This record gives sequence, C-alpha cells and structure tokens, in this order.
Amino acid sequence: MSNFSKTFSSTLGKKLIMCLTGLFLCSFLIIHLIGNFQLFKDDAGLAFNEYAYFMTNFAPIKVVSYLLYLSILVHTIWAIILTQKNKAARPVPYAKKAGNGSIWSSRNMGILGTMIFIFIVVHMSNFWYNYHWGTTPYIEYRTDLNTGITQVKELTEAEFTGHVSYVENGVQIIKAKDLYKAVAFSFQQLWIVALYVVAMAALAFHLLHGFQSAFQTLGWNHSKYRPLINFLGVWVFSVLVPIGFAAMPLYFFFK
Amino acid sequence: MNLTLKVWRQKNSQTPGKFVTYKAEEISPDMSFLEMLDVVNEKLVKTQEDPIQFDHDCREGICGMCSLMINGEPHGPKRATTTCQLHMRSFKDGETIVIEPWRAAAFPVVKDLAVDRSAFDRIQQAGGYVSVGTGGVPDANEILIPKTIADEAFNSATCIGCGACVAACKNASAMLFVSAKVSQYAMLPQGQTERYERAKAMVNQMDDEGFGSCTNTYACEAQCPKEIKVTNIARMNREYFNAEFIKG
Repeated sequence: MSNFSKTFSSTLGKKLIMCLTGLFLCSFLIIHLIGNFQLFKDDAGLAFNEYAYFMTNFAPIKVVSYLLYLSILVHTIWAIILTQKNKAARPVPYAKKAGNGSIWSSRNMGILGTMIFIFIVVHMSNFWYNYHWGTTPYIEYRTDLNTGITQVKELTEAEFTGHVSYVENGVQIIKAKDLYKAVAFSFQQLWIVALYVVAMAALAFHLLHGFQSAFQTLGWNHSKYRPLINFLGVWVFSVLVPIGFAAMPLYFFFK
Repeated sequence: MNLTLKVWRQKNSQTPGKFVTYKAEEISPDMSFLEMLDVVNEKLVKTQEDPIQFDHDCREGICGMCSLMINGEPHGPKRATTTCQLHMRSFKDGETIVIEPWRAAAFPVVKDLAVDRSAFDRIQQAGGYVSVGTGGVPDANEILIPKTIADEAFNSATCIGCGACVAACKNASAMLFVSAKVSQYAMLPQGQTERYERAKAMVNQMDDEGFGSCTNTYACEAQCPKEIKVTNIARMNREYFNAEFIKG
C-alpha cells in the first residue's frame, strides 16, 4: 500500500475524509440556501429560473457540482465503513446502559444521516433529474425595458428551442425551463412538504453535532476558536440553515 | 446496607459468560466498592465457591488497575472517581447493582470482571517513550519549560490507562487514552525527538488492536476518572496529520 492510501485507511484518515466531505457539504448548504431564497421573489420565477440555468451551465460550477455529488457518496460510504468497524470493536454489548454525558445527536448520526440521504435521493430525482432529463414546463418572459412590466407565457415543448435571452424592439425575451413552476407544484403536495420539513429537522440535529465535530477531528479545538465554532454550529448550521430550507416548501404550501 | 448484585461470571475468554445474582449483606456505607466485593468473595470462599475475579492493585486511585462497569457507568456513578475510591454511600440500601467487565474486542475477558488490557501496553511500547542521553546525570531543571505548558502536559500525563474511555465509548475507541499519551510528550521539549514518529506509531498500533474510531460524543471525557480532556484528541489528530502530510 502506498503511503498515501495507508494514511487514509487509518481510523484518523477515514475520519479526516468524513470531516472534509462534511465541511464541503456544509459550505454547499450556505450557497444553496442563498441561491434558493430567489424562490421567495414574486416574479413568476424569472430570477430563480435564470439562476437555475446559470448553476447548471457555468463550467466551474459544474465541476464543483460533480465534486459535490462525489462528496455525498463518499461521506455516506465512509460512514458505513466506519460504523461497521466501530460495531466490530464491541462485539458484546452492555446489559445495562446509563446516560454517559454525550448528546443524543452525537450518538445517532447514522440514523440522522440515513434520513438526510433518503431526502437527497427524493429531492434530486424531483428537481435535479427532471430538470436535466425529465419533464419540466417551459416559460417565456417578455419584459418591456421602458416600463419594466413583464409578461409571462407558458411554452409547449415544440415552442421551446433552448434557453435564450435577448432584446428585441426594447423588449427583453427570456425563454427558460420553468423549474420554479415544478417547485411550486411539488410543494403543493403534503407528503413532499412533510418529508422536507422532517428531513430539515434531521439535518438540524446532524449538523448540531457534525459541524463542531469536524473541527475537533481536524484538530482545531482551541479555547480561542471553540466558542465561535460552537456558535456557528448551533445558530447558523442547526438553526438558520434548516429553518431557511424548511421555509421554502411551507411558503409554497400555504401560499 | 443490603444490596443485590448482578455480576458477570465468565470462566475464561473461550467460555460464554452469564449474570449471577449475589446478596451483599451488612455492608458498611464507608466501604469502598472493592471492599464490598471482598466481603462477597470471603463469603464465597467460605462456601467453597469460586470468588469473583476483578482487577485491583493500589486502591488509592492512581494505579489504573481497577475497572468495572457499574450500573452502565465505568467506575460507577461518581465523576472523577475510580472504582476503588467509590464508596458504598453512593448507593441506596436495597439497591440492585449490575456489574460488568469493560466490553471491547481489544479487551478480551480473562475471567469474570477482569479483562486483558495489554493492548494499552502495546500502544505505549509503540511510541510512548522518550530518548535520553546515557552520559552523566544532567542537572535538574536544566531545560526550562513554561509553567502553563508543564501543567498542561502534566494534566495529560495523569491518565492512568484504566480503559474507562474505551468502556464508555459507544465505539470502544481508545482515542482519549492514546491522545493523552501522545500529548504529554508532544508538549514537552524532551518529547520532540520522536514527536511525529510517535503519533504515527501509536495511532497505527491503536488501529491494529481493533479499537473503534472516535465519533466525538465526548462520553470518554465525561466518564474519565482522571478528567482527561478531549482537547487531547484534537491535539493527537493534529500531531498525526502533521506527521503524515507535512513532517513525514
């Protein structure tokens, strides 16, 4: 075995992989949340659809997105490998268990992670798969550049010849895949809204332990930085981010 | 005090064990937990029964020999206390107490409540030492060490290697022990010669022994009788990653 793979196959190496993929996924959550706030804009999805097109066609972002899919898989697979090893380390369980000073989420990262993984599969087949290869409605926006008034028209598949954005006689014309409408439609279904809200609760507890835990694994546990890391872990990643995401399906459901 | 004990009895590592119930009668609340077991054992010896095997040595809380999972907690319900320093006044009269050995693949049961903790010895042998010159005796305090660093290294060195961290951890991970041993040398000038080799060697030995990995639940810190801090684990990780990626 080469030195490099030996390092990554040690327990600390495996934990480093969990930690780095986990932190990368955390950084993605922030970008995804900020971008998706455009769903709250009351513009028939103009900003959101333009953003969706940009995110799926701008080369550097495409590269990062493939890294992201890889991270999700690696984080999941390594979690399974580590869990198997950890289970094997205690073949005979204790007959009597007592509270041992650890928080609930730290002991149940696997269950929480599984819930999040199921969510990701549903989420990606709902939007990501359909946007790329499935059925998405099409839309045309005509914005009069003098008055700023936008007119919206649904397009059929035959009328849609690809994503375009141009100006003609003082009118900006944008033809796009209407992901916004697909989102609005999905979030009218109770089971999807419920799944999203439950998954975001799981995410909250997963990150309550996961974010600060990643820094401990990296070796960044210092009295100077610890309060900041704990603050970010609790208030940004396990409160603001999950609430922000959960607000989206709820907004469309009660709209 | 009168107590009911449910004690794990196991003839040897090959034979499956089981819980056996014993009565511990007329126990003084001022006895230590081990003295209470001595009383039970005396009675067993008198009736020609096999006494309960458990590890103990100094009975002063500094040798690291005593163990026991008492009602699901390593070294019992009192924080920062070894089983030998745990007194029966910490229990209620008439209580049922479940006593189990440390449970870990790397700590096989020798007999009853005694487990083989030589995995810890092998981890120490892999790197838990410093090189010294073999010349004349050096003057005392020749190497100046700031008080804060000396204190910090001493705090790590107070680990007695009892294995409560492994017992408490849901993954039977030995990282609190290993990190305390890595830390106590990494912080001191005397430990610099083997600093990075040490981190690698001890972590590798820990893996070879079959301990689990740390998931940062910090149960070990909560249950450690010597209150070793999980900041040691972060330091060990730093030492290891430094050794593997930068200094190695």
